[in-house]
Amino acid sequence: MANRAEIPTSNSALIAMIADEDTVVGFLLAGVGNVDLRRKTNYLIVDSKTTVKQIEDAFKEFTSRDDIAIVLISQYVANMIRFLVDSYNKPVPAILEVPSKDHPYDPGRDSVLSRVKYLFSAESVASGRR
Amino acid sequence: MSGQSQRLNVVPTVTMLGVVKARLVGATRGHALLKKKSDALTVQFRQILKKIVSTKESMGEIMKTSSFALTEAKYVAGENIKHIVLENVQNASLKVRSRQENVAGVKLPKFDYFTDGETKNDLTGLARGGQQVQLCRAAYVKAIEVLVELASLQTSFLTLDEAIKTTNRRVNALENVVKPRLENTITYIKGELDELEREDFFRLKKIQGYKKREMQRQLAAAKQFAEEQFAEKVSLHKGVSINTAHNLLSAAAEKDEDIIF
Repeated sequence: MANRAEIPTSNSALIAMIADEDTVVGFLLAGVGNVDLRRKTNYLIVDSKTTVKQIEDAFKEFTSRDDIAIVLISQYVANMIRFLVDSYNKPVPAILEVPSKDHPYDPGRDSVLSRVKYLFSAESVASGRR
Repeated sequence: MSGQSQRLNVVPTVTMLGVVKARLVGATRGHALLKKKSDALTVQFRQILKKIVSTKESMGEIMKTSSFALTEAKYVAGENIKHIVLENVQNASLKVRSRQENVAGVKLPKFDYFTDGETKNDLTGLARGGQQVQLCRAAYVKAIEVLVELASLQTSFLTLDEAIKTTNRRVNALENVVKPRLENTITYIKGELDELEREDFFRLKKIQGYKKREMQRQLAAAKQFAEEQFAEKVSLHKGVSINTAHNLLSAAAEKDEDIIF
Protein backbone atom coordinates (compact mmCIF):
# COMPACT_ATOMS: atom_id res chain seq x y z
CA MET A 1 0.00 0.00 0.00
CA ALA A 2 2.16 2.87 1.17
CA ASN A 3 5.22 0.62 1.19
CA ARG A 4 5.28 -0.42 -2.41
CA ALA A 5 8.87 -0.39 -3.65
CA GLU A 6 10.03 1.61 -0.66
CA ILE A 7 12.09 -1.01 1.10
CA PRO A 8 15.01 -2.07 -1.03
CA THR A 9 16.18 -5.59 -0.50
CA SER A 10 19.87 -5.61 -1.08
CA ASN A 11 22.44 -8.21 -0.55
CA SER A 12 25.26 -6.07 0.59
CA ALA A 13 24.78 -2.73 2.15
CA LEU A 14 27.21 -0.71 4.19
CA ILE A 15 27.10 0.81 7.61
CA ALA A 16 27.88 4.51 7.64
CA MET A 17 29.26 6.35 10.65
CA ILE A 18 29.26 9.95 11.81
CA ALA A 19 30.98 9.88 15.17
CA ASP A 20 33.95 10.97 17.14
CA GLU A 21 37.37 9.60 16.45
CA ASP A 22 37.46 6.83 19.00
CA THR A 23 34.14 5.33 18.02
CA VAL A 24 34.97 5.45 14.34
CA VAL A 25 38.40 3.90 14.88
CA GLY A 26 36.85 1.11 16.88
CA PHE A 27 34.34 0.32 14.17
CA LEU A 28 36.91 0.57 11.45
CA LEU A 29 38.95 -1.94 13.38
CA ALA A 30 35.99 -4.27 13.26
CA GLY A 31 35.92 -3.90 9.48
CA VAL A 32 33.05 -1.60 8.75
CA GLY A 33 34.98 0.99 6.84
CA ASN A 34 34.79 1.17 3.10
CA VAL A 35 36.63 3.36 0.66
CA ASP A 36 35.46 3.11 -2.89
CA LEU A 37 37.21 3.94 -6.14
CA ARG A 38 36.37 7.59 -5.93
CA ARG A 39 37.90 7.82 -2.46
CA LYS A 40 34.47 8.24 -0.97
CA THR A 41 34.32 6.86 2.51
CA ASN A 42 31.36 5.72 4.48
CA TYR A 43 32.37 7.45 7.68
CA LEU A 44 32.93 10.95 8.93
CA ILE A 45 35.11 11.68 11.93
CA VAL A 46 33.71 14.54 13.93
CA ASP A 47 36.06 16.53 16.11
CA SER A 48 36.08 20.00 17.54
CA LYS A 49 36.95 21.52 14.16
CA THR A 50 34.13 19.98 12.17
CA THR A 51 31.46 22.47 11.22
CA VAL A 52 27.78 21.82 11.46
CA LYS A 53 27.53 22.26 7.69
CA GLN A 54 29.96 19.43 7.12
CA ILE A 55 28.00 17.18 9.40
CA GLU A 56 24.76 18.12 7.67
CA ASP A 57 26.21 17.42 4.25
CA ALA A 58 27.59 14.09 5.34
CA PHE A 59 24.26 13.12 6.85
CA LYS A 60 22.36 14.10 3.71
CA GLU A 61 24.84 12.24 1.55
CA PHE A 62 24.72 9.07 3.58
CA THR A 63 20.96 9.00 3.66
CA SER A 64 20.64 9.49 -0.06
CA ARG A 65 23.13 6.79 -1.00
CA ASP A 66 21.29 3.58 -1.66
CA ASP A 67 24.12 1.25 -0.75
CA ILE A 68 24.01 2.35 2.89
CA ALA A 69 21.53 0.59 5.10
CA ILE A 70 22.44 1.89 8.55
CA VAL A 71 23.83 5.23 9.70
CA LEU A 72 25.42 5.27 13.14
CA ILE A 73 25.60 8.70 14.65
CA SER A 74 26.91 9.77 18.00
CA GLN A 75 24.29 11.26 20.18
CA TYR A 76 26.05 14.54 20.74
CA VAL A 77 26.56 14.90 16.97
CA ALA A 78 22.89 14.14 16.47
CA ASN A 79 22.09 16.94 18.87
CA MET A 80 23.93 19.33 16.61
CA ILE A 81 21.77 18.42 13.62
CA ARG A 82 18.72 17.52 15.68
CA PHE A 83 16.29 19.12 13.27
CA LEU A 84 17.59 17.10 10.32
CA VAL A 85 17.49 13.88 12.29
CA ASP A 86 13.99 14.50 13.59
CA SER A 87 12.56 15.39 10.22
CA TYR A 88 14.00 12.27 8.63
CA ASN A 89 11.25 9.74 8.19
CA LYS A 90 12.41 7.20 5.63
CA PRO A 91 12.62 3.65 6.96
CA VAL A 92 15.85 2.89 5.11
CA PRO A 93 18.60 3.71 5.92
CA ALA A 94 18.03 3.39 9.63
CA ILE A 95 19.47 6.10 11.84
CA LEU A 96 20.87 4.81 15.11
CA GLU A 97 22.09 7.06 17.85
CA VAL A 98 25.03 5.62 19.74
CA PRO A 99 26.65 6.98 22.85
CA SER A 100 30.20 8.17 22.82
CA LYS A 101 32.92 8.01 25.39
CA ASP A 102 32.25 11.39 26.95
CA HIS A 103 28.50 11.47 26.42
CA PRO A 104 26.60 8.55 27.89
CA TYR A 105 23.42 7.44 26.30
CA ASP A 106 20.40 9.60 26.93
CA PRO A 107 17.16 7.95 25.82
CA GLY A 108 15.21 11.13 26.38
CA ARG A 109 16.81 12.74 23.36
CA ASP A 110 16.70 9.80 21.02
CA SER A 111 14.68 10.82 17.98
CA VAL A 112 12.81 7.56 17.67
CA LEU A 113 11.93 7.20 21.31
CA SER A 114 10.83 10.80 21.56
CA ARG A 115 8.34 10.12 18.82
CA VAL A 116 6.63 7.53 20.93
CA LYS A 117 6.94 9.38 24.18
CA TYR A 118 3.39 10.51 23.78
CA LEU A 119 2.29 6.89 23.53
CA PHE A 120 4.05 5.43 26.52
CA SER A 121 5.27 8.38 28.48
CA ALA A 122 5.73 6.45 31.71
CA GLU A 123 7.06 3.25 30.18
CA SER A 124 9.75 3.91 27.64
CA VAL A 125 11.51 6.96 28.95
CA ALA A 126 11.45 5.82 32.56
CA SER A 127 12.75 2.36 31.72
CA GLY A 128 15.54 3.91 29.67
CA ARG A 129 16.64 6.04 32.55
CA ARG A 130 16.76 3.22 35.05
CA MET B 1 -17.87 20.54 5.71
CA SER B 2 -21.56 20.02 6.31
CA GLY B 3 -22.46 18.58 9.63
CA GLN B 4 -24.89 16.04 8.23
CA SER B 5 -23.27 13.56 5.87
CA GLN B 6 -24.51 13.86 2.37
CA ARG B 7 -26.14 11.09 0.46
CA LEU B 8 -25.14 9.86 -2.94
CA ASN B 9 -27.03 11.30 -5.88
CA VAL B 10 -28.84 8.34 -7.34
CA VAL B 11 -32.06 7.56 -9.16
CA PRO B 12 -34.43 6.21 -6.50
CA THR B 13 -35.32 2.87 -8.03
CA VAL B 14 -35.57 -0.58 -6.56
CA THR B 15 -32.46 -1.74 -8.43
CA MET B 16 -30.41 1.12 -7.01
CA LEU B 17 -31.69 0.21 -3.57
CA GLY B 18 -30.30 -3.28 -4.02
CA VAL B 19 -26.99 -1.95 -5.29
CA VAL B 20 -26.55 0.50 -2.42
CA LYS B 21 -27.50 -2.14 0.12
CA ALA B 22 -24.82 -4.44 -1.27
CA ARG B 23 -22.28 -1.63 -0.97
CA LEU B 24 -23.27 -1.03 2.62
CA VAL B 25 -22.71 -4.71 3.43
CA GLY B 26 -19.31 -4.53 1.77
CA ALA B 27 -18.38 -1.40 3.70
CA THR B 28 -19.41 -2.98 7.01
CA ARG B 29 -17.37 -6.10 6.38
CA GLY B 30 -14.39 -4.04 5.25
CA HIS B 31 -14.61 -1.93 8.36
CA ALA B 32 -14.59 -4.97 10.66
CA LEU B 33 -11.60 -6.50 8.84
CA LEU B 34 -9.60 -3.28 8.89
CA LYS B 35 -10.26 -2.88 12.57
CA LYS B 36 -8.90 -6.36 13.18
CA LYS B 37 -5.83 -5.56 11.10
CA SER B 38 -5.26 -2.36 13.02
CA ASP B 39 -5.49 -4.23 16.32
CA ALA B 40 -3.03 -6.90 15.18
CA LEU B 41 -0.59 -4.24 13.99
CA THR B 42 -0.85 -2.35 17.26
CA VAL B 43 -0.02 -5.51 19.20
CA GLN B 44 3.09 -6.04 17.06
CA PHE B 45 3.96 -2.38 17.47
CA ARG B 46 3.96 -2.56 21.23
CA GLN B 47 6.04 -5.71 21.24
CA ILE B 48 8.64 -4.11 19.01
CA LEU B 49 8.67 -1.00 21.13
CA LYS B 50 9.44 -3.03 24.24
CA LYS B 51 12.24 -4.82 22.46
CA ILE B 52 13.65 -1.56 21.18
CA VAL B 53 13.79 -0.08 24.64
CA SER B 54 15.61 -3.06 26.09
CA THR B 55 17.99 -3.33 23.14
CA LYS B 56 18.90 0.34 23.35
CA GLU B 57 19.82 -0.15 26.96
CA SER B 58 22.04 -3.10 26.21
CA MET B 59 23.57 -1.17 23.33
CA GLY B 60 24.61 1.54 25.72
CA GLU B 61 26.32 -1.08 27.86
CA ILE B 62 28.08 -2.75 24.99
CA MET B 63 29.37 0.51 23.58
CA LYS B 64 30.83 1.28 26.95
CA THR B 65 32.66 -2.05 27.09
CA SER B 66 33.90 -1.69 23.54
CA SER B 67 35.28 1.77 24.04
CA PHE B 68 36.92 0.52 27.18
CA ALA B 69 38.56 -2.25 25.16
CA LEU B 70 39.67 0.35 22.65
CA THR B 71 41.24 2.44 25.38
CA GLU B 72 43.09 -0.60 26.60
CA ALA B 73 44.33 -1.35 23.10
CA LYS B 74 45.42 2.22 22.67
CA TYR B 75 47.27 2.07 25.91
CA VAL B 76 49.11 -1.06 24.95
CA ALA B 77 49.72 -0.46 21.28
CA GLY B 78 50.44 3.19 21.45
CA GLU B 79 48.56 6.15 20.18
CA ASN B 80 49.38 5.43 16.53
CA ILE B 81 46.71 2.84 16.32
CA LYS B 82 44.27 5.40 15.01
CA HIS B 83 46.36 6.36 12.03
CA ILE B 84 47.19 2.79 11.18
CA VAL B 85 43.57 1.79 11.21
CA LEU B 86 42.61 4.80 9.15
CA GLU B 87 45.26 3.99 6.59
CA ASN B 88 44.20 0.42 6.30
CA VAL B 89 40.61 1.01 5.32
CA GLN B 90 39.81 -0.54 1.98
CA ASN B 91 36.70 -2.57 1.45
CA ALA B 92 34.23 -3.19 4.18
CA SER B 93 34.29 -6.70 5.42
CA LEU B 94 31.23 -6.35 7.60
CA LYS B 95 28.17 -5.72 5.51
CA VAL B 96 24.46 -5.76 6.02
CA ARG B 97 21.85 -7.63 4.11
CA SER B 98 18.26 -6.44 4.08
CA ARG B 99 15.22 -8.55 3.42
CA GLN B 100 11.49 -8.16 3.87
CA GLU B 101 9.31 -9.95 6.34
CA ASN B 102 5.55 -10.08 6.12
CA VAL B 103 3.93 -9.37 9.47
CA ALA B 104 0.15 -9.18 9.60
CA GLY B 105 0.08 -8.14 5.98
CA VAL B 106 2.72 -5.44 6.28
CA LYS B 107 6.14 -5.80 4.72
CA LEU B 108 8.74 -5.00 7.35
CA PRO B 109 12.44 -4.70 6.57
CA LYS B 110 14.94 -6.78 8.49
CA PHE B 111 18.70 -6.52 8.53
CA ASP B 112 21.23 -9.29 8.93
CA TYR B 113 24.90 -8.65 9.10
CA PHE B 114 27.42 -10.89 7.44
CA THR B 115 31.11 -10.96 6.90
CA ASP B 116 32.07 -10.54 3.32
CA GLY B 117 35.57 -11.61 2.63
CA GLU B 118 38.46 -11.95 5.00
CA THR B 119 38.79 -9.72 8.03
CA LYS B 120 41.93 -7.80 7.36
CA ASN B 121 44.48 -8.92 9.80
CA ASP B 122 47.29 -7.08 8.18
CA LEU B 123 47.58 -4.19 10.55
CA THR B 124 51.04 -3.43 9.35
CA GLY B 125 52.87 -1.05 11.55
CA LEU B 126 51.42 -2.38 14.75
CA ALA B 127 54.38 -3.48 16.70
CA ARG B 128 52.84 -4.59 19.91
CA GLY B 129 49.56 -5.20 21.56
CA GLY B 130 48.24 -7.56 18.92
CA GLN B 131 46.17 -9.43 21.45
CA GLN B 132 44.56 -6.32 22.83
CA VAL B 133 43.75 -5.23 19.33
CA GLN B 134 42.12 -8.56 18.64
CA LEU B 135 40.08 -8.28 21.81
CA CYS B 136 39.03 -4.79 20.87
CA ARG B 137 38.04 -5.91 17.43
CA ALA B 138 35.95 -8.74 18.84
CA ALA B 139 34.23 -6.34 21.21
CA TYR B 140 33.35 -4.00 18.38
CA VAL B 141 32.08 -6.81 16.19
CA LYS B 142 29.76 -7.80 19.00
CA ALA B 143 28.63 -4.19 19.24
CA ILE B 144 27.87 -4.23 15.53
CA GLU B 145 25.67 -7.29 15.99
CA VAL B 146 23.56 -5.53 18.55
CA LEU B 147 23.44 -2.39 16.46
CA VAL B 148 22.26 -4.21 13.36
CA GLU B 149 19.48 -5.84 15.32
CA LEU B 150 18.53 -2.47 16.73
CA ALA B 151 18.43 -1.00 13.24
CA SER B 152 16.12 -3.82 12.15
CA LEU B 153 13.80 -3.13 15.04
CA GLN B 154 13.84 0.57 14.41
CA THR B 155 12.94 0.34 10.73
CA SER B 156 10.16 -2.16 11.45
CA PHE B 157 8.94 0.20 14.13
CA LEU B 158 8.78 3.17 11.78
CA THR B 159 7.16 1.16 8.99
CA LEU B 160 4.58 -0.26 11.37
CA ASP B 161 3.84 3.22 12.63
CA GLU B 162 3.05 4.35 9.09
CA ALA B 163 0.96 1.27 8.40
CA ILE B 164 -1.06 1.71 11.57
CA LYS B 165 -1.74 5.35 10.76
CA THR B 166 -2.95 4.46 7.25
CA THR B 167 -5.17 1.63 8.48
CA ASN B 168 -6.68 3.78 11.21
CA ARG B 169 -7.33 6.50 8.70
CA ARG B 170 -9.20 4.03 6.51
CA VAL B 171 -11.19 2.67 9.45
CA ASN B 172 -12.24 6.16 10.46
CA ALA B 173 -13.12 7.10 6.90
CA LEU B 174 -15.34 4.05 6.54
CA GLU B 175 -16.97 4.59 9.89
CA ASN B 176 -17.60 8.31 9.69
CA VAL B 177 -18.02 9.07 6.02
CA VAL B 178 -18.77 6.11 3.80
CA LYS B 179 -21.24 4.20 5.95
CA PRO B 180 -23.39 7.19 7.01
CA ARG B 181 -23.48 8.31 3.39
CA LEU B 182 -24.69 4.93 2.21
CA GLU B 183 -27.22 4.70 5.03
CA ASN B 184 -28.60 8.12 4.15
CA THR B 185 -28.85 7.08 0.51
CA ILE B 186 -30.82 3.98 1.48
CA THR B 187 -33.17 6.02 3.65
CA TYR B 188 -33.68 8.50 0.84
CA ILE B 189 -34.41 5.79 -1.74
CA LYS B 190 -36.83 4.05 0.60
CA GLY B 191 -38.56 7.35 1.26
CA GLU B 192 -38.94 8.10 -2.42
CA LEU B 193 -40.23 4.61 -3.15
CA ASP B 194 -42.79 4.88 -0.36
CA GLU B 195 -43.93 8.23 -1.64
CA LEU B 196 -44.31 6.86 -5.17
CA GLU B 197 -46.31 3.99 -3.75
CA ARG B 198 -48.54 6.36 -1.83
CA GLU B 199 -49.05 8.44 -4.95
CA ASP B 200 -50.00 5.32 -6.84
CA PHE B 201 -52.33 4.22 -4.11
CA PHE B 202 -53.99 7.61 -3.98
CA ARG B 203 -54.36 7.69 -7.73
CA LEU B 204 -55.88 4.22 -7.66
CA LYS B 205 -58.39 5.22 -5.00
CA LYS B 206 -59.37 8.35 -6.89
CA ILE B 207 -59.92 6.37 -10.05
CA GLN B 208 -62.01 3.84 -8.20
CA GLY B 209 -64.12 6.69 -6.87
CA TYR B 210 -64.64 8.05 -10.35
CA LYS B 211 -65.54 4.66 -11.69
CA LYS B 212 -68.08 4.10 -8.95
CA ARG B 213 -69.74 7.42 -9.61
CA GLU B 214 -69.80 6.68 -13.31
CA MET B 215 -71.45 3.37 -12.62
CA GLN B 216 -74.06 4.97 -10.39
CA ARG B 217 -74.77 7.64 -12.95
CA GLN B 218 -75.20 5.07 -15.66
CA LEU B 219 -77.52 3.02 -13.48
CA ALA B 220 -79.67 6.08 -12.73
CA ALA B 221 -79.78 6.99 -16.41
CA ALA B 222 -80.78 3.46 -17.35
CA LYS B 223 -83.55 3.39 -14.75
CA GLN B 224 -84.95 6.69 -15.98
CA PHE B 225 -84.86 5.46 -19.52
CA ALA B 226 -86.72 2.32 -18.54
CA GLU B 227 -89.39 4.36 -16.72
CA GLU B 228 -89.94 6.61 -19.71
CA GLN B 229 -90.34 3.64 -21.96
CA PHE B 230 -92.98 2.17 -19.70
CA ALA B 231 -94.76 5.49 -19.47
CA GLU B 232 -94.86 5.66 -23.23
CA LYS B 233 -96.33 2.21 -23.43
CA VAL B 234 -99.00 3.05 -20.85
CA SER B 235 -99.95 6.30 -22.55
CA LEU B 236 -100.28 4.49 -25.88
CA HIS B 237 -102.53 1.86 -24.31
CA LYS B 238 -104.73 4.20 -22.32
CA GLY B 239 -104.64 7.03 -24.84
CA VAL B 240 -103.65 9.64 -22.35
CA SER B 241 -100.75 12.08 -22.43
CA ILE B 242 -97.37 11.16 -21.21
CA ASN B 243 -97.64 13.39 -18.22
CA THR B 244 -100.83 11.67 -17.03
CA ALA B 245 -99.15 8.34 -17.64
CA HIS B 246 -96.26 9.46 -15.46
CA ASN B 247 -98.69 10.55 -12.74
CA LEU B 248 -100.50 7.24 -12.98
CA LEU B 249 -97.22 5.37 -12.67
CA SER B 250 -95.95 7.42 -9.84
CA ALA B 251 -99.31 7.08 -8.09
CA ALA B 252 -99.08 3.37 -8.60
CA ALA B 253 -95.57 3.45 -7.26
CA GLU B 254 -96.61 5.34 -4.14
CA LYS B 255 -98.79 3.46 -1.76
CA ASP B 256 -101.38 5.96 -0.52
CA GLU B 257 -102.78 4.59 2.71
CA ASP B 258 -106.03 6.49 2.55
CA ILE B 259 -107.03 4.96 -0.74
CA ILE B 260 -108.38 1.49 -0.37
CA PHE B 261 -108.60 -0.34 -3.65
